[in-house]
Amino acid sequence: MVAVQVSKRIDRSQYATVDERGKKIKYARRTKKLSRSVGGTVALFIFIGIFAIFMVMPMVLTVSNAFKPLDELFYFPPRFFVRNPTPTNFSDLFILMQQSWVPFSRYILNSLIITGFGTVGHLLFASAAAYPLAKNRFPGSKFLMSIVVLSLMFSPVVTAIPNFFIMTQLNLIDNQLAIILPAFSASLGLYLMKQFMEQIPDSLIESARIDGCWEVGIWWKIVMPNVKPAWLTLIILMFQALWANTGGTFIHSEELKPMTFAMNQIAAGGIARAGTGAAVMFITMIVPVTFFVISQSRIVETMATSGMKE
Amino acid sequence: MNNERNAFQKIFLPKPANHQRNSTWSLMRQNKQSYFLIAPYFVLFFTFTVLPVLMAVALSFTSFNMLQPPQFAGWSNYIRLFLENEVFMTALQNTLIIAVVAGPVSYVLCFTFAWIINEMPPKIRAFMTVIFYAPSISGNVFFVWLWFFSGDRMGFVNGLLLNWGLIDAPINYFRDPRYILPILLVVQIWLSLGVAFLAFIAGLQTVDRAMYEAGAMDGIRNRWQELWYITLPSMRPQLMFGAVMQITASFAVGDISIQLAGFPSVAYAGETIVTHMMDFGWIRFEMGFASAIAVILFLMMVGTNKAVQRLLRKVGT
Repeated sequence: MVAVQVSKRIDRSQYATVDERGKKIKYARRTKKLSRSVGGTVALFIFIGIFAIFMVMPMVLTVSNAFKPLDELFYFPPRFFVRNPTPTNFSDLFILMQQSWVPFSRYILNSLIITGFGTVGHLLFASAAAYPLAKNRFPGSKFLMSIVVLSLMFSPVVTAIPNFFIMTQLNLIDNQLAIILPAFSASLGLYLMKQFMEQIPDSLIESARIDGCWEVGIWWKIVMPNVKPAWLTLIILMFQALWANTGGTFIHSEELKPMTFAMNQIAAGGIARAGTGAAVMFITMIVPVTFFVISQSRIVETMATSGMKE
Repeated sequence: MNNERNAFQKIFLPKPANHQRNSTWSLMRQNKQSYFLIAPYFVLFFTFTVLPVLMAVALSFTSFNMLQPPQFAGWSNYIRLFLENEVFMTALQNTLIIAVVAGPVSYVLCFTFAWIINEMPPKIRAFMTVIFYAPSISGNVFFVWLWFFSGDRMGFVNGLLLNWGLIDAPINYFRDPRYILPILLVVQIWLSLGVAFLAFIAGLQTVDRAMYEAGAMDGIRNRWQELWYITLPSMRPQLMFGAVMQITASFAVGDISIQLAGFPSVAYAGETIVTHMMDFGWIRFEMGFASAIAVILFLMMVGTNKAVQRLLRKVGT
């Protein structure tokens, strides 16, 4: 592809002058536009277009399937988009919910307890720890931060087996706290919060300290209101992690399991329940995605400070 | 009140100034409110993250079946893992293939997408961000891939191929060892535009505009030079963070394999280190052996992360 120069380059020689030491002074003059080749732009847009279709296709299919009547789900050749949208799948799902052995409202309550307490606790614990790590230097602060960063480098699956023994020792097996407590101490949240808090001006904190404010007070009254974008980020990351949690190895009693578990059971019902399964997938998907759409700009703002310095 | 620094001080404080004896303790006393604030988090963090790692290392040298107390077994778990356990070699190979393909591909895609959509108008940018980020936050929606690669003729891939006459019988993708790993790769890449992608979008928006103007004056000709000499170096911290996220995720593939290809998968074609660990941990109750697998996975993740971080420091120089 022939690169077409869009911008008009200014002849620099007529602006360049020499300073006392013989060095050239460069005058920052606004160029019309940064040099962009049309061919490159077209190629990049085609590239991203193809991948955008790849990314969005399964999501569209999820939505489309949720509204397909049964005969369209099993139509040959398969149709991607729904022709006669119907809410039957959702009403079937509703009927199934009412017939479940444990009342479905119980699953919903469990999900609310786990995601609610887990998310709020994580936000409070992680930001309380993030403030001193970001703004104060005390013996051990660097060491603690370095283990947190190290813990970002391995996934929680590594600790799954020992964690089971720890939960047994703490008597938390078959207790929702086994999901909630580890969520409090997730390291990504602390890391992002600490990075975001570093940009709060020190003078703000110093003046409060001179007024005799306690560290806890500074954290709660001055730091926290200033990091609201980071709140949302921690909330959505933890919310979606807990929302997808099925209770795993820790929760055995049916009446303590979260909604995702029950939903997966319905979705695993095979061909006979293909329609309700599609409805279930639609519901599990739509909640976190809606949450993200609403809070997107705040989250991106937090991520700007996420960088790692060496 | 003596000159000797105790073990605690040696770990936590590099060197006390000579004229300030016991400065560590006085510093700690001055900062007791800070300790009060970090205490709740770190008590839990040590209980559920640090302690388990240490326990996994300790358990990996024992033979432990959950009924009898663990017995010291030396290196035998590791020896068995590498010399006698052929399935582990399959698992290791699959994990490395996924990590080597999905890791870098997803990393490059995260950055490329962020870079391209960064120049779009804000509304379109927000829309594209949702499209790319949504798969990674929507929980178990990767089940939908079962509709694409379903083994009967209702699956989209089979349906299209049958309709075009390319095959005469539906292919059972998730039961055929040849197809399992490639499909897992596709699904993993689809799922992997997560936190790193957001970090790149945010990072690109913070690059100083004046740098580009200065660069244009200094003879940067096209967007590729601009990318290499200005954008990438100024985003180095985000690039590091993104690398950590992508590497960790690409080594931890296990759940999608279990959900899509079954557990265990046909001919262990979808077996990864994570599924292998779950097999020995939750099904055979060989906790010592499973812990050895966990330790190997831990070392691979941390080792790769450290190596890549070293590499990324050279970007744009």
